[in-house]
Amino acid sequence: MSRIELRALSKRYGQNPALNQLDLTLEGQKIYGLLGRNGAGKTTLLNLITSKTHPTAGAITIDGEPVWENDAVLGRVFYMTEANLYPGPLRVREAMKWTAQFYPGFRMDYAEELARRFGLDTKKRVKELSTGYSSIFKAILALASGAEIVLLDEPVLGLDANHREMLYREILANYIDEPKTVIISTHLIDEVADILEEVVIIDKGRVILHRPVEELLESAYAVSGESSRVDQYIQGRNCLSEERLQNFKSVIILDGAPDRALAKSLDLEIGRPELQKLFIALTNS
Amino acid sequence: MRLDFDSEQPIYIQLAEAIEDDILKGILPEETQVPSTTELSVMLKINPATARKGVNLLVDEGILYKKRGVGMFVARGALRRIKKKRRAEFYQSFVLPLLAEAQKLDVSMGELIEMIERGLPDEQD
Repeated sequence: MSRIELRALSKRYGQNPALNQLDLTLEGQKIYGLLGRNGAGKTTLLNLITSKTHPTAGAITIDGEPVWENDAVLGRVFYMTEANLYPGPLRVREAMKWTAQFYPGFRMDYAEELARRFGLDTKKRVKELSTGYSSIFKAILALASGAEIVLLDEPVLGLDANHREMLYREILANYIDEPKTVIISTHLIDEVADILEEVVIIDKGRVILHRPVEELLESAYAVSGESSRVDQYIQGRNCLSEERLQNFKSVIILDGAPDRALAKSLDLEIGRPELQKLFIALTNS
Repeated sequence: MRLDFDSEQPIYIQLAEAIEDDILKGILPEETQVPSTTELSVMLKINPATARKGVNLLVDEGILYKKRGVGMFVARGALRRIKKKRRAEFYQSFVLPLLAEAQKLDVSMGELIEMIERGLPDEQD
């Protein structure tokens, strides 16, 4: 089932804590969004899941098996890193064959078809690829890997709008074709919001929120209007953030249904914030 | 089929309404096959669970039905059902906001009725 469990996970680099007693359980077979600001610990988390770095404390298991130096478990995971870790002189086609050695489920015909569709020249050397094509190259390996768990760290870095759209569609088609666990770490929240099933937000090395996207969006709302009336409305409510412009104020409230009658009597507008707005409100401190 | 991603409505409800709109406009006549949740998910770039939820909403309301192993079809009588449902919501979704905006702008009842009449298509003969 590819259930990923992280228990009391900590990672320090020297004196700097990157992850701090982090707990997270991902049931698997879903598309997850891993969101966090720069330095929140997203890449550290992915490096730990794939045993690229050793935790300072805590446990990481996949289906109950510890991941550390466990080739049997790690062979079920494909990690598309943000940095290009492939040897520069290697040609794209060679990198595909090389990946097939490690991932028996690798589909060469599918990888070649994707390369054709994205206009990736498989005869090129990895070091000759532009930022965008480097992302496309790595994403193709990830999608064709056949792995049960696919981690994508900033998969659309440097891609133009057309290729980003193509890649999001391909991620969905691939996931529907071969159900798997996909974790997408990205800063482009608006773009991925609708393709995610669950969202995990990490901040300062901890998980501050983990929920189904739809449930999260339905449990948050924005209230705006004349400031003193907005203040009156938010009494006793979980208010995340506020924006002010002279006498106007807009706040985001998490958890709890809007009191439409009260809002109406105070002449306030109720709206729905998008995932990106909510993310900013949750991590803006 | 189009979704308005800025709308306040959850995506699965928007999807259900977009399919209903296509049925109302005759793009999807009764007894024709509708796109699969896979096709909807990839085309609209939405999570397949969301697409399934939207389609299931219409199955529950008897607007779509499943043919085992074939796919999803527009039910006979779907058009009538959608119209009935939308009419019931018309006052809440269209008339009340119209009146609220008119009030904000000091548009009188007389002016409002005159505007509605102006917007109506010319009656024949």
